[in-house]
Amino acid sequence: MTQIIKNRQAVADNYTLVTLAEGEAPASTALPTGAIIVPLAVWQAQKSELTTRGTPVGVWLDVTEGAEDVADDLASLPVIAVNFPKFTDGRGYSTARLLRERYGYTGEIRAIGDVLHDQLFLMARCGFDAFALREGKDIAKALNAFATFKTPYQAAADESRPLFRRRTA
Amino acid sequence: MYRYDNYDQALVDERVTQFRDQVARWKAGELSDEEFRPLRLQNGLYVQRHAPMFRVAVPYGMLSSIQMRCLATLGRKYDRGYGHFTTRHNMQFNWPAIEDVPDMLAALAKVEMHAIQTSGNCIRNVTTDQFAGVAADEILDPRPLCEILRQWSTFHPEFAFLPRKFKIAVNGAKEDRALTWFHDIGLHILKTDDGMVGFRVIVGGGLGRTPIRGEVVREFLPWQDILTYCEAILRVYNRYGRRDNSYKARIKILVQALGVKEFARQVDAEWEHLKGGPATITQAEYDRVTSFFGAPAYAILPAIDESFIAHQAESLPFARWAERNVRPHRIPGYASVTLSLKKPGTAPGDVTSEQMEAAADLADRYSFGELRVTHEQNLVLADVEQRQLFALWQEAKAANFATPNIGLLTDMIVCPGGDFCDLANAKSIPVANAVQDRFDDLDYLWDIGDIEINFSGCMNSCGHHHVGNIGILGVDKGNEEWYQITVGGEQGNNAQLGKVIGRSFPAGEVPDVIEKLVRFYIAERQEGEHFIDTFHRIGLDPFKVAVYGDKARLKAA
Repeated sequence: MTQIIKNRQAVADNYTLVTLAEGEAPASTALPTGAIIVPLAVWQAQKSELTTRGTPVGVWLDVTEGAEDVADDLASLPVIAVNFPKFTDGRGYSTARLLRERYGYTGEIRAIGDVLHDQLFLMARCGFDAFALREGKDIAKALNAFATFKTPYQAAADESRPLFRRRTA
Repeated sequence: MYRYDNYDQALVDERVTQFRDQVARWKAGELSDEEFRPLRLQNGLYVQRHAPMFRVAVPYGMLSSIQMRCLATLGRKYDRGYGHFTTRHNMQFNWPAIEDVPDMLAALAKVEMHAIQTSGNCIRNVTTDQFAGVAADEILDPRPLCEILRQWSTFHPEFAFLPRKFKIAVNGAKEDRALTWFHDIGLHILKTDDGMVGFRVIVGGGLGRTPIRGEVVREFLPWQDILTYCEAILRVYNRYGRRDNSYKARIKILVQALGVKEFARQVDAEWEHLKGGPATITQAEYDRVTSFFGAPAYAILPAIDESFIAHQAESLPFARWAERNVRPHRIPGYASVTLSLKKPGTAPGDVTSEQMEAAADLADRYSFGELRVTHEQNLVLADVEQRQLFALWQEAKAANFATPNIGLLTDMIVCPGGDFCDLANAKSIPVANAVQDRFDDLDYLWDIGDIEINFSGCMNSCGHHHVGNIGILGVDKGNEEWYQITVGGEQGNNAQLGKVIGRSFPAGEVPDVIEKLVRFYIAERQEGEHFIDTFHRIGLDPFKVAVYGDKARLKAA
């Protein structure tokens, strides 16, 4: 079983990430047993089956998909994953903040895809609490990233007040 | 100027630790070149033609003498004894080793400096008017709000991987001296009749490959709302800006594609959620930051100093310097002085470590220990007593700072170009020097009067060629360096883009072309007209004919 970072610890991952092959129909794709994270298109096409199958089901959002697309389903989703096809594509940071700050999502937000040590601090500030590091990366070392900056300036998902409302001389 | 407290200091110290670790992991092969690239860029570190180039932030252009001495030391220890000031007020070193950069950052952190976000696809150093706080036409000192924006943008977690770089400029005076119409966000500080302070918000301007003048998305935004509103703009851009083509990834392309009305509607829809939230600036924070920018302990002086007048009458060189390099000040008996980094034959914006130390000394002796960097790549001593100007001038001369050419033809904005920069299509410094050389006669230079020549070595437009009265752009033609000339560009309140005059020229012909344009202007000008005024009156075509002769006339017809 692969490991992910969850709540700043390395833990075993129970979920299977489902992806669609090119041309594969989201309504008819076969799903593995056990806990799964499915593409948004599969969630939308098979929602009634997925909500009654008796295993945890999460959704993953690609870069062109946003928090709005799952806003009505948050209560039934234990995990929402946000894909980073390339670590330099920053759209997922906005998605996570919107999920937490606008839609009040309290479940797991997991970064998937090209997820690397040096972006973890920023991702955590935006509301990610789980990270599936890219294969071959050192999870133990990456745990250090969360302590990079002690008191950042801005308000974000992890801190509702900017530093200027908290500064003490 | 702003001083760090424990929070600010901790952040730059932590940044040094972070980057030291990143460099170590890159050296150990744990970070690939591709993974390391945006990390080093966000610390101002490029890999360049000869060596890495390291860009240090000078937030909104303010430098203390202590900071300037630190830059001098870095230049001497890690570079070849000099540095280069850019059009974003920053300082670039051209020859450091990557392995030395963490130590350089540590030295900078000790004097409250950094290289945070001086490159990369993130929010860059905020720029403003070099005469902020002393200009007679100022509505409000923009620097406190620049500092508040600096803090907000520093390590902003959501906007570290934007589609492309993002530049903000703030102007607080009636005259725009910050090129606000050509920034991703340009802000004009306004005061309403009933005393409310806010911003006109301009979005989507930029130079580069597709130069576009920005568009007003909001005529008046209360100052307290600037962070939430910028956050809304950036969020719309981060989510919907193009990422498929880096040439089309700036926010200007998004604004053009949506139309400014639709763009503004999307920003407003986003802002509805953020408006009035915790990122709304408090009066207490504004007052805290503003307290750092209070007036220095000015002496009580007569409005006009008699000795300053007398020295000008006695010495023509001093009078010329005073006319070009000295500017009136809002406090009686004071003046602002521009130290020219445009001595003909030197690389514009370059400054040696000895000069940096000399400038720091001048700042300590004559201007309360502070300096400013201008986007025209000069230095400013903002608060000099008129009665000290003659002594200052003599010392500035000794340090090669007193070329009396501010605003004249030889005061060119020039990027480092093909001698240093990897992106450049063509060299800029030697060609600029050849142009300066052609106009080495001071009387002639004086007669030509106010003219801005801006020079970029490639389409990225670091030398702001689009807004030069005459612009020179290096282009690559079959692996040869050629130069395209534009005329009629302008900065300021009427900022506009220059127009290409025609086919480009090899390096050797550039001084001739500039001379033809200038001679034509002199022949055509009416009483009191500067180059740009004559251009506005007679238009582009006569300038084309002046350069290309009848061929241009045939084409124009």
